[in-house]
Amino acid sequence: MNTLYEMFKSRAEVASAEVHRFPDQGKACEFVLELLREQGVAEGPQPGAVWAGRRLLEAPGLSYVVTREAAASAKVGISEMDWALADTGTLVQDATEVEKRLVSTLPPIHVALVGTGQLLPDLAAVLGKIQPSKAGYLAMITGPSRTADIERVLTIGVHGPLRLIVVFVDEAARGNA
Amino acid sequence: MKTEFKDSIHAAVNNANLTGALGRFSEAYRVNRAKAYEGIDFEALREQIATVKSSAAAQLDALGEAFKRNAEAKGAKVFRTADPEAVKAYILALAKEKGVKRVVKSKSMASEEIHLNKALEAAGIQVNETDLGEWIIQLAHQTPSHMVMPAIHMTKEEVADVFSQEVEAGQAPDIPKLVKFARAKLRPMFLEADMGISGANIAVAETGSLVIVTNEGNARLTTTLPRIHVALVGIEKLVEHFNDVLPILRALPKSATAQLLTSYVSIISGQVPNTDGSPKELHIILMDNKRSEMAKDPKFKQALQCIRCASCLNVCPVFRLVGGHVFGKVYTGGIGTILTAWFDELKKSDDIQALCIQCGNCKEVCPGKIDIPELILELRRRLAVEQGQPLVQKAIFSVVNNRRLFHGMLRMASITQKPFKQGKFIRHLPMFLSDLTDFRSLPAIADVPFRDQIKRINQPKGKEKAAFYSGCLIDFSYPEMGEALVQVLNKAGIEVVYPDKQTCCGAPARYSGAYEVAAQNAQDNIDALLEEDVKYVVSACPTCTVALKQDFIGTFESLGMTDRLEKARRLAAKTIDFSTLVKQLVDEKRLTFKEGKDLGAFTYHDSCHLKRTLKASEAPRELMRQAGYQLTEMAECDMCCGMGGSYSLKLPEISAPILERKLQNIKATHAPLTVMDCPGCVMQIRGGFDKEGAAVQVEHTAQRLADRLE
Repeated sequence: MNTLYEMFKSRAEVASAEVHRFPDQGKACEFVLELLREQGVAEGPQPGAVWAGRRLLEAPGLSYVVTREAAASAKVGISEMDWALADTGTLVQDATEVEKRLVSTLPPIHVALVGTGQLLPDLAAVLGKIQPSKAGYLAMITGPSRTADIERVLTIGVHGPLRLIVVFVDEAARGNA
Repeated sequence: MKTEFKDSIHAAVNNANLTGALGRFSEAYRVNRAKAYEGIDFEALREQIATVKSSAAAQLDALGEAFKRNAEAKGAKVFRTADPEAVKAYILALAKEKGVKRVVKSKSMASEEIHLNKALEAAGIQVNETDLGEWIIQLAHQTPSHMVMPAIHMTKEEVADVFSQEVEAGQAPDIPKLVKFARAKLRPMFLEADMGISGANIAVAETGSLVIVTNEGNARLTTTLPRIHVALVGIEKLVEHFNDVLPILRALPKSATAQLLTSYVSIISGQVPNTDGSPKELHIILMDNKRSEMAKDPKFKQALQCIRCASCLNVCPVFRLVGGHVFGKVYTGGIGTILTAWFDELKKSDDIQALCIQCGNCKEVCPGKIDIPELILELRRRLAVEQGQPLVQKAIFSVVNNRRLFHGMLRMASITQKPFKQGKFIRHLPMFLSDLTDFRSLPAIADVPFRDQIKRINQPKGKEKAAFYSGCLIDFSYPEMGEALVQVLNKAGIEVVYPDKQTCCGAPARYSGAYEVAAQNAQDNIDALLEEDVKYVVSACPTCTVALKQDFIGTFESLGMTDRLEKARRLAAKTIDFSTLVKQLVDEKRLTFKEGKDLGAFTYHDSCHLKRTLKASEAPRELMRQAGYQLTEMAECDMCCGMGGSYSLKLPEISAPILERKLQNIKATHAPLTVMDCPGCVMQIRGGFDKEGAAVQVEHTAQRLADRLE
């Protein structure tokens, strides 16, 4: 798993993602909370962060009710991913629920939590696990949104997030396995 | 060639912004693409893609039906049509029924193909492109110049001007700020749109899935925020199985932008929820527009293996000079020429097909394994059949087809050229011929052609014989190359015979689409070269070698002259290029180099046909090293020199800047000697240096080996 993680980290960083790893959910949530504070959205009063998924963290500025309006005005979007692909630094998610797509497309920062145990070697491995009959919208994410449409100069954050922060949680690996 | 077309070329090659941007990009692309493919067996990968795509192309109708069934089972509505007008009518009717006022689009070349925006706007619907490049050209009222990077022809200053004029005054030419501006302006468009229109990179029949690949994230927004999603998909995007997605997804980002994977890949299978919880309306339009016809064509069905990565544009020496707009309004570059001929009409490709210099770069990198140069030749052939050849060309080929007359005229030229000759060069030609010597000197016609000179060479009678196929340039301009070849082979105990009835290899005719002329040339040469029983047929011109080894067969096959194939194959089996043969003889110890001597540095220019068709790039380098020279590689050593046979005569305005780049790369090595295996490249490069007055020696490999062998 460590080899896959190291590979993921280096490939994802090439694609301008930020990658962190924590031993358990508690530590991961502390990190997220710290980030929300840093971004000045932890304390509210308006929700500056939206989370699509399980209720793992509580903060006044964090909402689990994800509407398009809330996502459009939030600074941070948080969601859990289903897999991570080491050789391209890619996150994969069944994003059929629209909330999952809203938090990862509209806010300028996307925090993606994923179990270290969900690391797979490559695209081939995940395509073998995916069943399009069950997932209406499969999303693969590699780094933040980017463009090079003006003079071929790489520029981060055109329509989607400007920052992609990947948070690996080791404990979840045991839980899911 | 039409005057407007020549004018558009002239404007493009003189647009420093355009050629600068494209030139820098193509240089970086080569390096980055190679890096992205590191550790990957590209040949195996593209074989997989070619198999998947060709199998799909052979059953488009069945796959279209299966896709419809499977996507509709998941709540999508699928509309299959052959007619671009029906596509527009369908979308307009849908928009009217649902009260659509605003549309956002993520990139779709199929919608460019049918000029969808115009139709929507005419119906009073506001349409916004959301891919940054597409939005820029939409605002600038232009068309895309590149399939992947639509606005690559514009500078940041031009983009700032367009934004200032069309959206909000006062935008500065600062790229991060311009991108931020686009984000801010387009975000409300996404949120307010009633309909999102996207394309798709792959459509999977067995699951009814669409695969959409982007970097900006605009496709995710387009397919998520508006309540209606319309996907417009050309049927060449169909594949049979979900597994077929893998090889395409592995290759597309690497070939398109040298990325391991794009930022976003979305796989949409059926209806998904809207933001208000209602099921999103999903309409998928499978558009044929001549693709089925293409699939039925034995030659062009191959073009359906394209995955639209545009790598054929990125490696093309002509594209990087002229950009996309010279090619037309929708599909550009090599594959674009072919698609335009089919989706639009054959006639539309009349001018643009001539842009192809047949260097073969695109064929090497195509992840769909499409022989683009060959398909462009086939367009040329069909155009020549449909419209007839130009008069001048016809007159020339009628001479070439009559060996006695052709050779007689060349001999005559050695006398009539006298007023223009300076030493071994012709530096200026009068009047309408002046273009030909504007950017490079031409070689003078030799006083005594090689076919006469060889008779005076006293050769040892050997048991083994090789027939020498000289080609016109060595015969009439560079007989010294022929002499060197004879010396080298003699040293290996091989006697060289020169079949007198050999004539032009037919390449000029074939590359102009005049296949009947090429077939006659082929027949004459086959008869001449098989007359005597020799072990090898050797040539020191890669284009001629390819003609003997491959093109004769190809020409006969194209024309259905199957009775001639047996002899053509016999000749092909004996044919070998000079350096490959000499390397063999050295390896067999039939030739040995003289004891070590430091002869200084040289740089090697890979000729297109030698490197990419005959796959001989190491042999000449190795021979030169063993002879005592040190290799200093130049940048882009295997990039075309701009000669391309008659290309440099037809399009000197493109040939000249390609040559200039080659000369710069050579000079940057500071090697006093440039070596190559092709007399055509020698003519171009030596002529270029002569015009410049630069002191770089340009020679054929044979000339540097002869006196270094025992």
